[in-house]
Amino acid sequence: MTRRFAIVIGLAALLLAAAMVAGVALGTIPLAPGAVLRALAGQGDAVTVSVVRQLRLPRVALAALVGAGLAMSGTALQATLRNPLAEPYLLGVSGGAAVGAVLAVVAGLTGAALLPLAAFAGAIAAVVVALLVARAAGGRADGRVLLMAGVVVGAFANAAIMVVLANAPADAIRNATWWMMGSVAGAEWTGVRALAVYVAVGGGVLWANALDVDALTLGEEPAAALGVRVERTTRLVYLVSALLAAATVSAAGLVGFVGLVVPHLARATGLRTQRPLLAAAALIGAALVVGADLVARVAMPPAELPLGAVTALIGVPFFLTRLRSLR
Amino acid sequence: MIAFDAVAARYPRQPSLALDGVTLAAPAGQITAVVGPNGSGKSTLVRALLGRLPLERGTITLDGDDVAALAPRERARRVAVVPQRESAAFPLPVRELVAFGRHPHRTGFAAWGEADEAAIRGAVEAAGIAHLVDRSSDELSGGEWQRVRIARALAQRAKALVLDEPTTFLDIAHEMSVFELLASLARDGIAVLLVSHQLNLVARFAGQIVLLHRGTVAAAGTPNDVMRGDILERVYEWPVVVTRDPAVGAPSLVPLRGRRG
Repeated sequence: MTRRFAIVIGLAALLLAAAMVAGVALGTIPLAPGAVLRALAGQGDAVTVSVVRQLRLPRVALAALVGAGLAMSGTALQATLRNPLAEPYLLGVSGGAAVGAVLAVVAGLTGAALLPLAAFAGAIAAVVVALLVARAAGGRADGRVLLMAGVVVGAFANAAIMVVLANAPADAIRNATWWMMGSVAGAEWTGVRALAVYVAVGGGVLWANALDVDALTLGEEPAAALGVRVERTTRLVYLVSALLAAATVSAAGLVGFVGLVVPHLARATGLRTQRPLLAAAALIGAALVVGADLVARVAMPPAELPLGAVTALIGVPFFLTRLRSLR
Repeated sequence: MIAFDAVAARYPRQPSLALDGVTLAAPAGQITAVVGPNGSGKSTLVRALLGRLPLERGTITLDGDDVAALAPRERARRVAVVPQRESAAFPLPVRELVAFGRHPHRTGFAAWGEADEAAIRGAVEAAGIAHLVDRSSDELSGGEWQRVRIARALAQRAKALVLDEPTTFLDIAHEMSVFELLASLARDGIAVLLVSHQLNLVARFAGQIVLLHRGTVAAAGTPNDVMRGDILERVYEWPVVVTRDPAVGAPSLVPLRGRRG
């Protein structure tokens, strides 16, 4: 187990490193790896240094954090809710964030700082509503009830978006739609730092609860028999996963499929318990989103493809091979 | 000793009590069997012990300490419970499944130690699953699953052991080996509380039988006290004859055919 863990983590880290180097080196102005390294050290011509340090590096870092956050969120949720279809966007996070963002866009609040805040507020509101719905249904920690509550809140949010957009001006619709397709373009270091804190703290909490979550995959009663506080752990993981997802959504819009697929990819490596899975999923998720962003940038220049579409286009074939191996 | 004292409990939004004043004690050194028809409250006892169902009245104690006041992990170090149902959402290797038994002993960042390894080795050995440790849980038969779960409970190294119908999916040989294992654990001084439908086996292995009926204790005592035709007919609502097992001399139940008019 430990040797397999070392191999998987080593390979995933290599993959991420390669994706990040390529992500910094390639683009409208391709750079040689040597030039990238010199620019990182602050040497070379001023344009290259600025492209690398102010444009591409924060973008690649943001993509990596988005991928890591969504992947860890999905890994913890699938185990805690004992459902291989669970993913962060099913908690109502995506729908709520989209409502917040769309309202902000339609209200004309397109400032760089306001849109993420509105999306974050919307996501948190949706999660709170989903939790209240689940409690009203009597299933405070029942995985099925929590998931259904999230799905229902998400559906409601989507309906609300359609109502709002139905009467919105064309450019507002375009802005809102573009945001919902996900992007890490225009990443800045302040946003990267903020998301890094969320991912580090959220990942830390999930790591600290990983043994309890492992026990929860056996079922509520077996977990209770082993001394796990079932309700508390379920609610904590649900909230932290939702916060992680909300933070990534407010930073980069909706990047679909990562939270669902990457946990399965991590499990396909043969790792079985939460701690190694969280670490592997974080690295694989980061590599996937960095790679997807690279493809989004270089596939059809000068146009950029929507990041959420590219992650799904890359993720689905992976997922299909995984489904085959499951029979 | 596990002791239930006048325990009453109710499922949420249910009009009637699932347990209505149940008093029983499972002392160290013997098997105490809880039997009764479906829905009589047997599994509810286990749920109440695990704190999954709040008590309306009464107390459940472990060696005199109220379980409601114990931290869940502390409780799990003192009583190991094998619940009735379990299905791993994601396949896990048997070794990991048994290692969960050490979960109550792991606090914070406490390192995995030789004591943990020894507990797992002993449990795997005692449950007879040494040949299965590298298998994945989705490749186990129903009987193998049950023994893996018993091994996990043994790895908890608790002084008390509660099992909810542990031999449901087992064939005769595996069922007998589980009963023999429980008997040897009891001889070693463990308090074993066994929920079972196997009245005839229970009559041979248990020191004490508690017969539940609609959330109350209908009869309790030695197998000879409880295994009586009139009592069992009334509780199970089916005509029965209690004979004496010719081989071992224990009371033995034979349900009759054809419902009595």
